[in-house]
Amino acid sequence: MTPYMLCMGTIWQREIVRFVRQRSRIIGAFGQPVLFWLLLGSGFGRNFRYAGGGGEGYLEYFYPGIIAMVVLFTAIFSTFAVVDDRKARFLQGVLAAPVPRSAIVMGQVLGGATLALLQGVLLLVATPLAGVPLTLEAALASVLVMGLIGFALTALGLLLAWRIESTQGFHSIMSLLLIPLWLLSGAVFPVSGAHPLIGLVMQVNPLTYGVAALRRTLYLSAPDAVANLPGLWISLIIMIAFGGVCFSLAVRTAEQSEG
Amino acid sequence: MNQNPGPALEVQGVTHRYGSRVALKDVRFEVSEGEIFALLGPNGGGKTTLFRIITTLMPPTSGDARVFGHSVRDAPGAVRRKIGVVFQQPGLDPKLTVLENMIHHGRLHGMLGAPLRKAADALLAQFGLIDRKKDYVETLSGGLQRRVELAKALLPRPEILFLDEPSTGLDPGARIDFRNELKRLRNETNTTVVLTTHFIEEADHADRVGIIHEGDLVAIGAPDALKKEVGGEVLSIEAGDPESLRVKLEAMFSCEVRSVDGSLRAEMKGAHAAIPRIAEAFPGEVRSITLGKPTLEDVFINQTGKRFIDADADEPEARKS
Repeated sequence: MTPYMLCMGTIWQREIVRFVRQRSRIIGAFGQPVLFWLLLGSGFGRNFRYAGGGGEGYLEYFYPGIIAMVVLFTAIFSTFAVVDDRKARFLQGVLAAPVPRSAIVMGQVLGGATLALLQGVLLLVATPLAGVPLTLEAALASVLVMGLIGFALTALGLLLAWRIESTQGFHSIMSLLLIPLWLLSGAVFPVSGAHPLIGLVMQVNPLTYGVAALRRTLYLSAPDAVANLPGLWISLIIMIAFGGVCFSLAVRTAEQSEG
Repeated sequence: MNQNPGPALEVQGVTHRYGSRVALKDVRFEVSEGEIFALLGPNGGGKTTLFRIITTLMPPTSGDARVFGHSVRDAPGAVRRKIGVVFQQPGLDPKLTVLENMIHHGRLHGMLGAPLRKAADALLAQFGLIDRKKDYVETLSGGLQRRVELAKALLPRPEILFLDEPSTGLDPGARIDFRNELKRLRNETNTTVVLTTHFIEEADHADRVGIIHEGDLVAIGAPDALKKEVGGEVLSIEAGDPESLRVKLEAMFSCEVRSVDGSLRAEMKGAHAAIPRIAEAFPGEVRSITLGKPTLEDVFINQTGKRFIDADADEPEARKS
């Protein structure tokens, strides 16, 4: 095993172990979105018909959006740990070790992405409840897309976490940047029905393509239901590019960091 | 034993600025292989800045430092392979066990599998931690955590060990234990040890000490040699009117008498013989006279004109985070 892989692996493992040992994080990252989904989905249920689709209810429309939210929350919460590590000066010891910064960041990104993906998979179990016609192929493809979204969002979170001094600061960025990123991604309402200005923002929001890819894979067996969304391949390419850019920026930030 | 030519650490004209504030001014010194070297100074004097530079966490504004010939500026990766670091703030993950922390650190240094476990167990046994290895670090006392830190830093067999304020937060007993561990380490493996401290008594136990104040290296040498430079014996005199007494004493003994924060200090040979003379000559003016051998604090006062503790108090902790 190369030193790069070893460093990446041990950092990844620590992220997972720490998560599992903190029950409150599991509950926070998983419970809240489920609660949102049930409350908002049932509340809006009668008032909402997806304009371009096959007339599904809001519970069904909102379901992929909630998966995106779980992935977002888990990914971002996992990067809170980096702020804590820096505050506790744990990262000084890592930075003084003979390992490339990109291996450290890659371990952190993969840790967050893994957690996000696992939470997303747990939510897939609720698919029948949501009324989404899920096949095995669609489930597998969706898991891959969740991993991709998780990677990109963790990298985005790390880009911030390597700069920000406190978790309080992170909370304000979360409400000013990350929650709107999710709100305007097609997770909560479709681009087609939005105000033109908002629609424009949604079209340049990279997460829009992540959510579109997720909808397309979830409805792999019923593509008509998602016909007016961006195509699967273009969505995937945009998400991969977005993840790559965030990752390299996060590595650069880590390279300039003093721990 | 290591066969490295040249010094273990060379600090070559390091200057560092935070904005307009100068934290280090053209600091230069060398540490030989196998030496225990202490950087002594009040908090905020530049020790931690220098520590962060020699451990490759940040490059100096100008100048360079070399660890076994490798530049922290041009080859930080090579430096990191040579050094073990114990930071002032705990570098352990409290949510992991002692052993998990060790394994994590070993892997960062390219160790793995059975050899890593063996090395970790050996070090934990050496430091009396073997029966705590499955405990979460957060359940350990401060002294034990510091020992885990040391064991962790030694895992990749560094040739030089850097410790930032290793005594902070330790009770006196643990402090002595820790110091003895460092000595044993040096004696058994010839590991070079460089530590920073603001405890005078800790610096006293080093082979050589460098005194750093307001970014300047004001003195360097073996503790005994530095103390000899101060003079034979030191008199401290408390007086009702220090300034007038100071002038009279200087005239009487024709030596320099300093006024440091309201008390008078004079270094002279045969100071003990001067005590009765002073007591008789100025009966109403002298409150107390203390005779002592020079300490590193006297060296500090000699070089800076300030008391060590006061210098500590009026310098805020200069830590850029």
